[in-house]
Amino acid sequence: MAEPIIQLKHLTKRFGGGENEVHALEDVSIEVRAGEIFGVIGLSGAGKSTLVRCINLLERPTAGEVIVDGRDMLRLTEKELRKVRQSIGMIFQSFNLLMQRTALDNICFPLELAGAPRREAVRRAEELLEIVDLAGRAGAYPAQLSGGQKQRVAIARTLATNPKVLLCDEATSALDPKTTRDILRLIQDINKRLGITVVVITHEMKVIEEICARVAILDHGHLAETGTVEEIFASPRSEAGRRLVYPDGVPAEVLYSAADRDRVIRVAFNGGTSYQPLIATLAIDCGVKANILGADTRNIDGRAFGTMLLGLPREGADKAMTYIRSQKDITVEEVPDYHG
Amino acid sequence: MADFFADPQVLRFLQEAPFAIWETVYSTLIATALAYVIGLPLGVVLVAGENGRILKVPGPLMTALNVAVNLLRSVPFLILMVIVIPLSRLLLGTSVGTPASIVPLVAAAAPFVARIVESSLRELDAGVVEAAQAMGCSPWQIITKVMLSECRPSLINGLTTATITILSYGAMAGAIGAGGLGSMALMKGYQRQMTVMLWGSVILLVLLVQLIQSIGTALSVKTDRRINPTESRRRKRK
Repeated sequence: MAEPIIQLKHLTKRFGGGENEVHALEDVSIEVRAGEIFGVIGLSGAGKSTLVRCINLLERPTAGEVIVDGRDMLRLTEKELRKVRQSIGMIFQSFNLLMQRTALDNICFPLELAGAPRREAVRRAEELLEIVDLAGRAGAYPAQLSGGQKQRVAIARTLATNPKVLLCDEATSALDPKTTRDILRLIQDINKRLGITVVVITHEMKVIEEICARVAILDHGHLAETGTVEEIFASPRSEAGRRLVYPDGVPAEVLYSAADRDRVIRVAFNGGTSYQPLIATLAIDCGVKANILGADTRNIDGRAFGTMLLGLPREGADKAMTYIRSQKDITVEEVPDYHG
Repeated sequence: MADFFADPQVLRFLQEAPFAIWETVYSTLIATALAYVIGLPLGVVLVAGENGRILKVPGPLMTALNVAVNLLRSVPFLILMVIVIPLSRLLLGTSVGTPASIVPLVAAAAPFVARIVESSLRELDAGVVEAAQAMGCSPWQIITKVMLSECRPSLINGLTTATITILSYGAMAGAIGAGGLGSMALMKGYQRQMTVMLWGSVILLVLLVQLIQSIGTALSVKTDRRINPTESRRRKRK
């Protein structure tokens, strides 16, 4: 098992004091392994943003320990902390670019802070623009760039100082689905190619599904559960986990009655061709009448992504599952005691 | 027309106006510069020191600064001019004349400038400061490279407003013996009932204000990189 690069131990953060005290985090312990993409998910107000800000000490925890790359962050002096922060990149939902600087100069900014000569900084920035696929937009100001392009500039900016860790605070939440996927792919690519550990904070299960290996679920400042994405998808143990894995909008009574009669399965589409009519094939080829209890699927460039919740009649359910399993890019699992 | 220029009042106005303009311009410029020397750092501290967000300024000191700024701002300029007379004597050895009027001008304008700078800097999205901190920016770098340079267009607008306000304060200082267009309007125009002097100097003041505002707005727009959609459309067409 890879060494943990980030260790949060018994992290507690409270804001304010007295009666108005807000418990943003309560005794949260998380380990992120070097080189992985780790997700932190929770509804708004769950403490995700506070958690990620405790990693680079934009927020100082009230209690607990923060260890990044072997350094006890809370023991660093201001000056040492600034140095360490250069090795922890961060991108944001609102991009937070300098509006009065060009894309190129935004990327030069952290190098300028580190005291790099202008020429070297420009050369590095041009290289990074290439990596994020924005080579032609060096002279553009943020106001002239689209949301996705702004986030690409922000990513290039954090890469300028060769960070070991990249923190993504709802980095795709302001973007449309197509752009979200592009940015997630870029983050994945950076993780693989440059070996940068990534921590992704999000409220969208799709984002976790898409790129994370392991995930922690936060609920009202508490760590509800943590595990591999498959584990949590297959059988969320906590209430918060169930709420996230099984999206809202599926009426409980439908599910209960369905669970009484039928077997419920979750089908995940992982990018196979969307021209193949799965439900119709099930009915015609296997003679199984599947009932769609809930679905969250999308078609991107002719490929299907997402999950679908199917109710299957008891007889024929095994046949149907065997059939679905044999399909390319589709995984299936039974949801034994499903409730919404 | 010839009669108009032969009028002794008009002649006198034409003779005296250039020097009055000069006095108004230089006292305004010097007072504005000095007001910014004091007000700009003060405005920066008021924003950066708030809750120790960027600068670790002790809470009581922040409160004291805020109270001091509010106190100075709540005294009407006419009264402030009289109150600072001893200070003018101490600093310049005299309390009358155009140079002496710069002292009350700065005393009144510095806290005003501090508030104007403060409100400009508050326009900056807190997220941008946060991003800079996450990159390892020092407080000094945040102030110079992020706050001041990101807010440049708004700061220039503030400078325009401050200059115009100081110009009008300067005109009021005519009442305590300062020279310039204000004194021309008050002392000669109003008190000695020289209508040409009164209206002539008022027209010159209006023109000066227009000039300052036009230069300020043009500079602010020209240096702003947050190009608005219509602007960029216009640029594309070119």
